[in-house]
Amino acid sequence: MIELIAEYWKPFLFSDGYSLTGLAMTLWLLVASIVMGFFLSLPLAILRTSRWGLLRWPVQLFTYVFRGTPLYIQLLICYSGIYGIAVVRSQPLLEAFFRDAMNCTLLAFTLNTCAYTVEIFAGAIRSIPYGEIEAAHAYGLSGWRLYLRLILPSALRRALPYYSNEVILMLHATSVAFTATIPDILKIARDANAATFMTFQAFGIAGLLYLAMSFGLVGAFRLAEKRWLNFLGPAH
Amino acid sequence: MNKLTVENLFKRFGDNEVLKGVSLNAKAGDVVSMIGASGSGKSTMLRCINFLERADDGAIELDGERIVTRPGIGGMRVANPAQLQRLRTRLAMVFQHFNLWSHLTVLENIILAPCRVLGISRKAAEESARAYLDKVGLPQRVADQYPAFLSGGQQQRVAIARALAVEPEILLFDEPTSALDPELVGEVLKVIQALAEEGRTMLMVTHEMGFARQVSTQVLFLHQGRVEEQGDATILDQPSSERLQQFLSGRLK
Repeated sequence: MIELIAEYWKPFLFSDGYSLTGLAMTLWLLVASIVMGFFLSLPLAILRTSRWGLLRWPVQLFTYVFRGTPLYIQLLICYSGIYGIAVVRSQPLLEAFFRDAMNCTLLAFTLNTCAYTVEIFAGAIRSIPYGEIEAAHAYGLSGWRLYLRLILPSALRRALPYYSNEVILMLHATSVAFTATIPDILKIARDANAATFMTFQAFGIAGLLYLAMSFGLVGAFRLAEKRWLNFLGPAH
Repeated sequence: MNKLTVENLFKRFGDNEVLKGVSLNAKAGDVVSMIGASGSGKSTMLRCINFLERADDGAIELDGERIVTRPGIGGMRVANPAQLQRLRTRLAMVFQHFNLWSHLTVLENIILAPCRVLGISRKAAEESARAYLDKVGLPQRVADQYPAFLSGGQQQRVAIARALAVEPEILLFDEPTSALDPELVGEVLKVIQALAEEGRTMLMVTHEMGFARQVSTQVLFLHQGRVEEQGDATILDQPSSERLQQFLSGRLK
């Protein structure tokens, strides 16, 4: 156990000497996909709650596809599937993008978390009492100003408990990245296991690292809820 | 000259014709009470005036300025969005269920429209917001609280402060005390009465007959989408139409 830690603590935490690995890589995958997914999901959530079917249906189809298939398959399609198409390889720009494992992984992760986040935010937008929207109309707020000043701030706060869940699930979902050769925590654990045959210890350490990150995330979201969710009233 | 003229509003929801040509004229300083049984169209009429509800036909004039509309599916639309926005800040609405923005503090509720719609600086808006809190009889410490932590009467007074903050020419009250516990009605009526005594122009849908008698310069009695009887507050004591007599005798005065 001591030898394993002595040899592998560095790659487990941040680097194998060549690139970012382990905890640092997992964190990077999480933060990059969550941040990109967040900003992509805001306009899509607004479209998702639109009165007009033509705006709503494409988003609905997107979230249906990405929530209806396993992330692992989405990653396989992004990483190997798309690159296998002749058209993609004949286009220099697409070829360069899809040749890189990190690009493919972040693309799959971002689209996946975006789909779930769209549904969470759309639900939160719909949960704003209609009277509040009506009052905003009555005081001259409309169009993008209504969304920017009222609907989004209110919806994002209401979405916090559900969104925190999505972030933690996404953290755990990043562990499929090793299948696309990304050296995340699980990839290091597999390498350590293959080299030392200390299976319990190698995967145990990986588990503890995920546990510690989840713990940190739960604490951070609890603080955020205390700060931004107490408007719901004394009963909450 | 009339402050507000409403001519021949018609509104139907599907097969249900809610307004069948109602009109009203209010001069500056008038307090117009709209009374009638539920379903008589009084709330719809009020909501059509600031286009929260789109009337099918009719005309609205504020200070002699005609609101230019064009017909559309689901009712008339204001042709010019800028005119609609201006209209809506010149008429401020107080709702039956308060409709305060629950994720904003009391102070943020009051300054939102002044800052974001009228373009007043935050500092100036906060200053006047605190003055309006005084005016509606709320202590300054509620400024940083969220609406959910206040009683119904306090919330409605915040809503009145929010309405005053856009410095409207006309206040619209849609059954401002109907959602309140009986013991909280008085504190809200007192604030509204003080506003009436300041000479503010107000339109009020209400079920408080005693209050209407006290503050109104004009009373409109609506019945099945028509103005059945109108006059000054004395029509509440000597109703001439049979409908109004029935309506008044059916409730405690």
